[in-house]
Amino acid sequence: MIEKKKRNIFQIIDDWASARSLWLLMYCTGCGAIELPPTMTSRYDMERFGIAPAGTPRQADILLITGYLSIKTLKRVIRAYEQMQSPKYVIGLGSCTINGGMYWDSYNTIKMLDLYLPVDIWIAGCMPRPESVIGGLNKLSDIIKAGEANGWKKYNENLKWYRANQKKVIKKWDLPEFNY
Amino acid sequence: MNIVWTVLGIIGVYIYGVFLMGLGRKISARVQLRYGPPVYQNYIDILKLWTKKTNISHGIMFDLGPVFLLTGSIGTLLLIPIAATEQLMYFGFSGDIIVIMYLMVFGSLGFALAASQGANPFGIMGISRALTLLAAYELPFILGIVILMMDANSASLSNIISHQAGGYMNWYIFKQPLAAIPAFIALLGMMGKQPFDIPIAPQEIATGPMAEFGGKYLGMMMSSHAIFMTAKYILFVNLFLGGAGNPINMIFKVFLIWLFPLFVGLVYPRFKTSQAVRFFWGVPSLIGLIGLIIHWLR
Repeated sequence: MIEKKKRNIFQIIDDWASARSLWLLMYCTGCGAIELPPTMTSRYDMERFGIAPAGTPRQADILLITGYLSIKTLKRVIRAYEQMQSPKYVIGLGSCTINGGMYWDSYNTIKMLDLYLPVDIWIAGCMPRPESVIGGLNKLSDIIKAGEANGWKKYNENLKWYRANQKKVIKKWDLPEFNY
Repeated sequence: MNIVWTVLGIIGVYIYGVFLMGLGRKISARVQLRYGPPVYQNYIDILKLWTKKTNISHGIMFDLGPVFLLTGSIGTLLLIPIAATEQLMYFGFSGDIIVIMYLMVFGSLGFALAASQGANPFGIMGISRALTLLAAYELPFILGIVILMMDANSASLSNIISHQAGGYMNWYIFKQPLAAIPAFIALLGMMGKQPFDIPIAPQEIATGPMAEFGGKYLGMMMSSHAIFMTAKYILFVNLFLGGAGNPINMIFKVFLIWLFPLFVGLVYPRFKTSQAVRFFWGVPSLIGLIGLIIHWLR
């Protein structure tokens, strides 16, 4: 737990701006891909909170992981996460990212995403409805506004620990040491 | 105190351009039966991009790319009179339309170098599409402008404005419709809105040239896009809608023209690159050519 530091006026403005404009990089691995189009389009319209989809990892603020991650896809997710520009946040969507969900005894999926990437907020459910997706995004926005969404700092400080965990599951490691 | 007015004009155009981008998002949301983001959303987006903590660079040309874009857009704006008052006429001279047409290409060409250094295949694909589209819409645009230059017997923007003085029936959009139609169709291509958003097609090539740019680079590009977009609308008001006597008038006329690509973009889906080239070199160019011949014979 990183203790709360006193912020000056510029940092407060920074946090306010990043909380009001969140660009999503959606990594749709499982059934979560189905829940996101209604979240974006007319019915639930997440754009009214300033949340918009981003084209590439370089432009995105949030990495939204919707569902189970196999060991092969975990490699790609790590790569995409490290290409994003900080401040960056990770959302784990669905129970698959929390405890493995219905894949808990699978031989090639990871069970807890938090061991490999610093997750800022979880959205539980199988699958969460668009309402809860938007609710989770708004909750994240509140956390950012309070200056407490420091997952990216945690990742940089504890890179060794995360790398060790990642290398434990990814047997054939061919990523560069840190590709930011 | 010309420099103060110049800086004020650039800042005003920037603020208005970002406002128009936000308003466009709101209007398109309402057309799609959504509530839409607040109209000031784009100010927050740009502020957020400027406050990013890390900014990846791939080399010197990569750093210079957004600078080229900003230089091209401000350079274009400086040659275009915002309003026909003494202070806001800027640096016009005889033959400035030709210089403006060169400067409008400058940003894209400089940015092509930057996107190539990023070495992202999507970036290179986007740049090749952007330059193809540029070659496509320049033809009807130049045909339209040549007719105006023949009619005013001058290549100076302030002469063309003064030729349209005295009532709205003297505006070139009514006086020379065969010049206005190709030029306004070329405007659709210039704006990069929906039917011609081939260079940045987010669903196909992941925003194309911008794929590798993030953080402050992207903030700078959004700022220069706001200035460049508004500068082009101001150019079109000056060419076809008789310019403006004061800035308020100009804001209103720019808003009127701005609605045209917005609503066209909301209705039509994206062209393929080859279809866009065939479209621009077909009917609009033909109309422009006919207008040129008619004007020649008269």
